[in-house]
Amino acid sequence: MSMTTLVKEKLGIVPLVEGGKTYKQVTEEILQPTDNFPTSLWWKAFILALTVTIVDLGIIGYLCYDGLYILGVNNPVGWGFFIVNFVFWIGIGHAGTLISAVLFLFRQGWRTGINRAAEAMTIFAVLTAATTLIIHIGRPWLGFWLFPYPNNRGPLWVNFRSPLIWDTFAVSTYLSISLVFWYIGLVPDIASLRDRTTHKVKKAIYSAMSLGWVGSNRAWSHYEIVCMLLAALSTPLVLSVHTIVSFDFAVSILPGWHTTILPPYFVAGAIFSGFAMVVTLMVIARQVFKLEQYITLKHLENMNKIIMVTGLMVGYAYGSEFFIAWYSGNEYEGFTFVNRAFGPYAWAYWIMISCNVLSPQVFWFESMRKNIKVMFVVSIFVNIGMWFERFVIVMTTHRDFLPSNWALYIPTFYDFAMLIGTFGIFFTLFLLFCRILPIIAIAEVKTVMPHKEGAHH
Amino acid sequence: MYWFKKEQFHSYKETTQGVFGLFDTPEEILHAAEKTKANKYTDFDCLTPFPVHGLDEAMGLPRSGIPWISFFMGFVGCAFGFGFQYLVHSVDWGINFSGKALNAWPAYIPVTFETTVFFAGMSAVASLYVLSRSNHAFRKPLHPEITSHRFALWIPSNSANFKQDEVVAFIKSLGAKDVTVVK
Repeated sequence: MSMTTLVKEKLGIVPLVEGGKTYKQVTEEILQPTDNFPTSLWWKAFILALTVTIVDLGIIGYLCYDGLYILGVNNPVGWGFFIVNFVFWIGIGHAGTLISAVLFLFRQGWRTGINRAAEAMTIFAVLTAATTLIIHIGRPWLGFWLFPYPNNRGPLWVNFRSPLIWDTFAVSTYLSISLVFWYIGLVPDIASLRDRTTHKVKKAIYSAMSLGWVGSNRAWSHYEIVCMLLAALSTPLVLSVHTIVSFDFAVSILPGWHTTILPPYFVAGAIFSGFAMVVTLMVIARQVFKLEQYITLKHLENMNKIIMVTGLMVGYAYGSEFFIAWYSGNEYEGFTFVNRAFGPYAWAYWIMISCNVLSPQVFWFESMRKNIKVMFVVSIFVNIGMWFERFVIVMTTHRDFLPSNWALYIPTFYDFAMLIGTFGIFFTLFLLFCRILPIIAIAEVKTVMPHKEGAHH
Repeated sequence: MYWFKKEQFHSYKETTQGVFGLFDTPEEILHAAEKTKANKYTDFDCLTPFPVHGLDEAMGLPRSGIPWISFFMGFVGCAFGFGFQYLVHSVDWGINFSGKALNAWPAYIPVTFETTVFFAGMSAVASLYVLSRSNHAFRKPLHPEITSHRFALWIPSNSANFKQDEVVAFIKSLGAKDVTVVK
């Protein structure tokens, strides 16, 4: 027994891939689901998600035809469910980048088991968010007006001082960088798929997608540096994206929105909700694809710890907001927060508090962090709570400076339909990904497997 | 002075003829690469299913120069983003927004940051595409198991001191399981 093994046993460090597998087994087991005909469970889930998406597209078509008045938007609440959904989905995406970039820079080996699926989740969540944003502008076919481009309407440019334009740039940069980062990670695994299939058509498709990857170390040497660069660039990028999303609110002059705590509070909330979504998806995926030995309890426990930490940050932010509203002596600010907690939307506020602050507290106990059922329920609660957090932020502007202006935001059938529709879009894309591509980064998992003794380190 | 060198931008070498041997562990390929370099074979390559730690040094490859490209392009992106906004709001389309200065530069920082990241990231990816010669998508792999669990040492026929029989004997002496001549 070598020194390293002894130390690991003494410290109780468990291997990241269980079952003492060989490299060959890893390739085979992870790629197996892409060979089989999809199971009936997959078909049922996929048909359900696809139906929701198609119905959603129909409703979006009707919305474009008839106009935004079919929603609950009114004068004090100009930003309805769409912005709630937008911030919710962008936030979900952030966990993927955190896992693939921030944990990469911190050399956290356990990220390799979950980063592929989490990055895919990022991309699909950002796409879903982008769709709600585009519909929200009212005339979606003119969405390209958000970008500055030479046009013949005189020297007509976008206003770069507007946080909505910052958002356009932040979200599109985030989407493109995440997409290439994810794809670069996929290239060696697609090459494995290509070399293993005997089907002619599949081989041709995989060859084109693998960009001629043969595993040459002359390419690996650049590849690793590029992954590190993208991780180093994505880390400030992911912080900037949710900071800029929070600027949509913070740069306005409305009480309750115009606060400096919003950027860090949004970033912590984004990571919190994103990790909850990763736990929800991974708990299901590891069982359906029989990957319990790759996505182990250790991975899940680590994620639950992050959920608890970010949950505490979010809870602290809720408290701090309230304190400052009182301490500032600003009566408008004070009124807004009292109205949030005890006004007509108090039910939403307390759903948010109980889901986001109270429910993750069970993770103080190791037995709870390692209990699949408990973590699944908590992750669902956190997703609900974080959706309500954005609901509370957006909807509680319903009482503005003029009492004659006061109204309630009453969501209509179309609001709810399009909220459900976003889940349809997301799950359709995610289920397709699970079928077609390996959901675990094979080449990366191999680098954290226990190598033979006497290896260079 | 710390400055980039040309050999940091080494690229994948497209070779079709030569000899390759297959190994089973990363340690063996590491050892084989060291021996091959010491034996003065040039232009050889190691093909592995995952990046093997220390193989760059063993093969004598310098650290990748892509960070230089990325840094330079990040600079360009920064200047582009800021300059574009300056030209729009101060030169081409000056509009007075609530009495603020035309060149209200702090408001340009978010977009400037995003263009910097975009240019730096995309140029790194483009460089990887070029240096790993990814435009040849239908390149024939040497052996299907290399992208799964085996490690190959490839000595192409244009390598210095290449004599087929000697090379075959050499790779066998390194402990390779299968040695194949590709013509």
